Amino acid sequence: MGLTLAEKILSKKVGREVRAGELVVVEVDQVMVVDSIAGSFFKRLAYLEATPRYPERVSIVIDHVAPAANLEVAKAQKEIREWGRKHGIRVFDVGRGVCHQVLIEEGLAQPGWIVVGSDSHSTTYGAVGAFGTGMGATDIALAAASGRTWLRVPESVKVTFRGRLPKGVTAKDAALEMVRLLTAEGATYMAVEIHLQEGAEALSRGERMTLANLTVEAGAKVGLVVPSGEILDLYQVPDWFYPDPDARYVREVEIDLSRLTPRVSVPFYVDNVHEVAEVRGKRVDQVFIGTCTNGRLEDLRAAAEVLRGKRVAPGVRLLVIPASSQVLEEATRDGTLLTLLEAGATIGTPGCGPCMGRHMGVLAPGEVCVSTSNRNFRGRMGAPDAEIYLASPRVAAASAVAGYIATPEDLASSPQEEAHA
Amino acid sequence: MPRVWKFGDHINTDDILPGKYAPFMVGEDRFHTFAFAHLRPEFAQEVKPGDILVFGRNAGLGSSREYAPEALKRLGIRAVIAKSYARIFFRNLVNLGIVPFESEEVVDALEDGDRVELDLETGVLVRGGERFALRPPPPFLLEALREGSLLDYYKKHGRFPGE
Repeated sequence: MGLTLAEKILSKKVGREVRAGELVVVEVDQVMVVDSIAGSFFKRLAYLEATPRYPERVSIVIDHVAPAANLEVAKAQKEIREWGRKHGIRVFDVGRGVCHQVLIEEGLAQPGWIVVGSDSHSTTYGAVGAFGTGMGATDIALAAASGRTWLRVPESVKVTFRGRLPKGVTAKDAALEMVRLLTAEGATYMAVEIHLQEGAEALSRGERMTLANLTVEAGAKVGLVVPSGEILDLYQVPDWFYPDPDARYVREVEIDLSRLTPRVSVPFYVDNVHEVAEVRGKRVDQVFIGTCTNGRLEDLRAAAEVLRGKRVAPGVRLLVIPASSQVLEEATRDGTLLTLLEAGATIGTPGCGPCMGRHMGVLAPGEVCVSTSNRNFRGRMGAPDAEIYLASPRVAAASAVAGYIATPEDLASSPQEEAHA
Repeated sequence: MPRVWKFGDHINTDDILPGKYAPFMVGEDRFHTFAFAHLRPEFAQEVKPGDILVFGRNAGLGSSREYAPEALKRLGIRAVIAKSYARIFFRNLVNLGIVPFESEEVVDALEDGDRVELDLETGVLVRGGERFALRPPPPFLLEALREGSLLDYYKKHGRFPGE
């Protein structure tokens, strides 16, 4: 019986063959800390009377509320800078971007690495073959103090994406379809091992990040995309780094990309996924394009393509927040940003933005937001009765123009267009 | 006698402590007073130390924010019973020294407002004349919990249980 990719990575780390179900203690290659829990992280290290064992393996990212929204946050972020200087720890400050995007850009996640992050979407690192997993402040502090963490070797669910995405359908739609099929608890405690075949190998690193990012919404501990395509050009992928053909999976799911249509996740659960057609016409107050899920250059470009020569509907706010400073620079250089601005978008500081309802676009009671983020839980972006619909940047952009949930194809035949015909 | 607070399936960490009430936003001294602020605003006012939280399936899904279970710990919660747990939440409970019990049957049997006695070491739960047996936590977790929490265990031994 062969090994899954998760079993291979952990076996390599432990130095012997380990199988799903075993508890192992492994060396950690990178510990990622976000600003919102940094205070708890420092407190726990102080309680342990410890400092990071390998300072170069720790990164702190100021992204969850950046720039500071109030005095409490400002004090916490000041402490991060001081602590970072004192202990020689890398700090990515206000404006550098969302933690997961920044670590990938900085090369701080590599195939076969164990990356533990104080953010549940640390599964994103699986896009490049890193065993990325989210943990709470205590686990993160222990990982920094000891250089190690304990893990249960996970069972694996195999998800195979076949074929090529039709025009107008994106990796986000594929990711939402995956969560629909797996359900919100379908991969709890497991690895989601993603195989791209028959054309799907063409998916970019960013698109793979979108897939890996959303695996946690099915409960996954880790979301590993088997390396192929541009990952092989961008990274040193070792020869052993592939699952065995006779590896054992708890479940196997197949998704035919060529037959996929635009998807939307309807409140208040991420796995409540429907075709856009089913909710078309729902009035929208705010549209948010950004986050670790969909704030990359290709996402902004996809939105710009839809918005080119059009205007955001009266009464709708379109917030665009690039996932990183690098994305912002590139989008400025290639004209994407100007297209977005001309359409009526407003641009925010690279970071998490309003994703978790703390600043920069909090929702009032009864408001409706189409967001390219990853969670539509009740009250997540503000008022408990505000509604969040999760969609691709293309659907988000089209909805901003229409003023209701729509696809770009709907815009071509909208009354507004016909009036000018 | 401790009271049962019962919630449904898929209660996420935004439900347990909305992001806008993180200690990072409102301060270390009062974030716990916003536990379940959206879902059950009276909870933080009325809960008593030793009370038991009961959840359905996939308890604590979502954000890895440890301050969600930490708010519960501050309010005196020592044990949670759920049909099943989301991974990060389960780890965070253990890390904080809150005992995570798992049982479909017991969750179905308990009602909100029930008065119960629960032995955290043995998992024996008593409601009036009824006795339920919850499976005690696995050895690895029990070792950590006996020291208080995983953090306390590591502080004392300089290693993880079983290492």
